[in-house]
Amino acid sequence: MRKMNLVIVGGGPAGLAAAKAAYDCGERDILILEREAELGGILNQCIHNGFGLHTFKEELTGPEYAQRYIDQVVERGIEYRVNATVIDVSKDKVVTYVSAVDGLTQIQAKAIILACGCRERPRGGINIAGMRGAGVFSAGTAQKLVNIDGYMPGKECVILGSGDIGLIMARRMTFEGAKVKAVVELMPYSSGLNRNIVQCLNDFDIPLYFSHTVVDIKGKDRVTGVVVAPVDEKLAPIMDKAELIECDTLLLSVGLLPENELAKQGGVELSNVTGGAVVDENMMTNIDGVFECGNVLHVHDLVDFVSAESENAGKCAVAYINGLESCAEKIAINCTNGVRYCVPTQLNRDDNYQPLNFKMRVANVFKKVELAVFADGVKVFGKKRPVVAPGEMESINLTAEQVETLKKAQHIEITLIK
Amino acid sequence: MREMICINCPMGCRLTVDDSNLQDIKVTGNICPRGVIYAKNEITSPKRMVTGSVKVAGGNIAMVSVKTREAIPKHLIFDSLELLKDVVLQAPVHIGDVVIADVCGCGVDIIATKEITKA
Ligand SMILES: Cc1cc2nc3c(=O)[nH]c(=O)nc-3n(C[C@H](O)[C@H](O)[C@H](O)COP(=O)(O)OP(=O)(O)OC[C@H]3O[C@@H](n4cnc5c(N)ncnc54)[C@H](O)[C@@H]3O)c2cc1C
Ligand code: SF4
Repeated sequence: MRKMNLVIVGGGPAGLAAAKAAYDCGERDILILEREAELGGILNQCIHNGFGLHTFKEELTGPEYAQRYIDQVVERGIEYRVNATVIDVSKDKVVTYVSAVDGLTQIQAKAIILACGCRERPRGGINIAGMRGAGVFSAGTAQKLVNIDGYMPGKECVILGSGDIGLIMARRMTFEGAKVKAVVELMPYSSGLNRNIVQCLNDFDIPLYFSHTVVDIKGKDRVTGVVVAPVDEKLAPIMDKAELIECDTLLLSVGLLPENELAKQGGVELSNVTGGAVVDENMMTNIDGVFECGNVLHVHDLVDFVSAESENAGKCAVAYINGLESCAEKIAINCTNGVRYCVPTQLNRDDNYQPLNFKMRVANVFKKVELAVFADGVKVFGKKRPVVAPGEMESINLTAEQVETLKKAQHIEITLIK
Repeated sequence: MREMICINCPMGCRLTVDDSNLQDIKVTGNICPRGVIYAKNEITSPKRMVTGSVKVAGGNIAMVSVKTREAIPKHLIFDSLELLKDVVLQAPVHIGDVVIADVCGCGVDIIATKEITKA
């Protein structure tokens, strides 16, 4: 069996940034395995602009951002395989993949970085009654059809879900000559970026119905319309207010699920809030030497954050390979009072006191709040925010001293002071 | 007074704009100076980036993604998209290759945003 120091599963922005950072820390024995025919991940189909402002100080489209990282990986001569699907990661870090070139191959790795991204929640994952006519697509599938294959899924469409993919596709379909009749959102707020509501919906007078859902899909061979109804506070549809919207296409943008099948097979403990792994500040999971970063860990709206997080994972993987002991005792980070989750999920009880970045999401829209971190009941960090929303990831930077205080505490809490 | 959201970057700052005097528009709520420029443009001559994809012949994939090099006047969005429909590029294509020069006479080029190799 081939032995390698570092195997990275996934050649999207997370895998590429992790590989580059690992190389720059001196590691040379790296292999990236990518299932698709090209590197770059989901960015290849995100042809809109809005990427890289933090990392490159200019605004790039998805393919351009991906190319910057692909170039850096190629320049360094880092080994990669495309059309190579990883089918198993074992607890003792044996990676099994299949590819047309190598056939079925097993590699014994010292460290593994899982950077497999996420996939869309399919129609089966939500319950809509109705016929099973053609014309129902996930928004990401539609995005790939339009942007990469040059094929239009329909002429008149309704989009369920106002996350970024749904919003971006509303504009994209409009650009390609389709009529987007409505975007329907179950919640009273959008999980997408504000800028996308402005430039993808408002610019083209596309109506956005909050607190509404699709209750029925009409049409036997092809979709002929969808029935849309408002929902009450318990998110139950109010059927006597339901209305038919005629259309030939329904796009579902109902959320992303981290692809953690491999992690599960490898015994990685998952968070039931994010669907991603439970990780410490080194992005290491409960399995020594198995790391996770990018959308497989938690869904990001900014690829820049993916790159930064993944560079950290790459660096820490190299430290692990070079024999830095992993720490046995972990301190959980508790999220309360409207903070839904935080990455990292826990800290190591060690004396590595370096500045750290925490990423978190809140559970609802809150105005005039303070995002605060407590160690044993004492406030260590506070940041006032005029407004926080589930759609926008919050980021805080802690100093070395603050990290020291946290690592010496018995109880860590991140909370919103309202 | 107007409320608007700066769309220049994903931060999406919520701007409050005092446009009572068009010669002296006052902006608050922006994190960086680009927010002020955005608000002023939005009131006087709104602009948008346009991205899309065009056909490519003889390449490893069928479509190449493109963008306007900078934002173009909002009212030219659909005219420029119409022009893109007829374009067929020949592989190879490189990032930055001009797809349509000076689109709709607005002084901005449409350029390729993806590397396409020969099939
Ligand atoms: C529609 C949409 C719009 C977005 N808009 C913006 C935006 O405007 N600005 C912004 O900054 N960010 C945006 N993002 C977010 C950004 O694109 C993602 O956060 C980023 O791409 C995540 O990177 P990743 O590497 O974790 O995942 P991915 O890009 O999904 O890459 C994961 C890779 O792993 C591969 N893989 C998975 N499983 C296996 C396996 N078993 N074996 C081998 N390979 C495997 C996949 O093929 C894929 O290439 C958007 C995302 C989407 C979906
Ligand atoms: S003001 Fe600056 S930081 Fe805020 S959204 Fe606009 S460009 Fe981004």
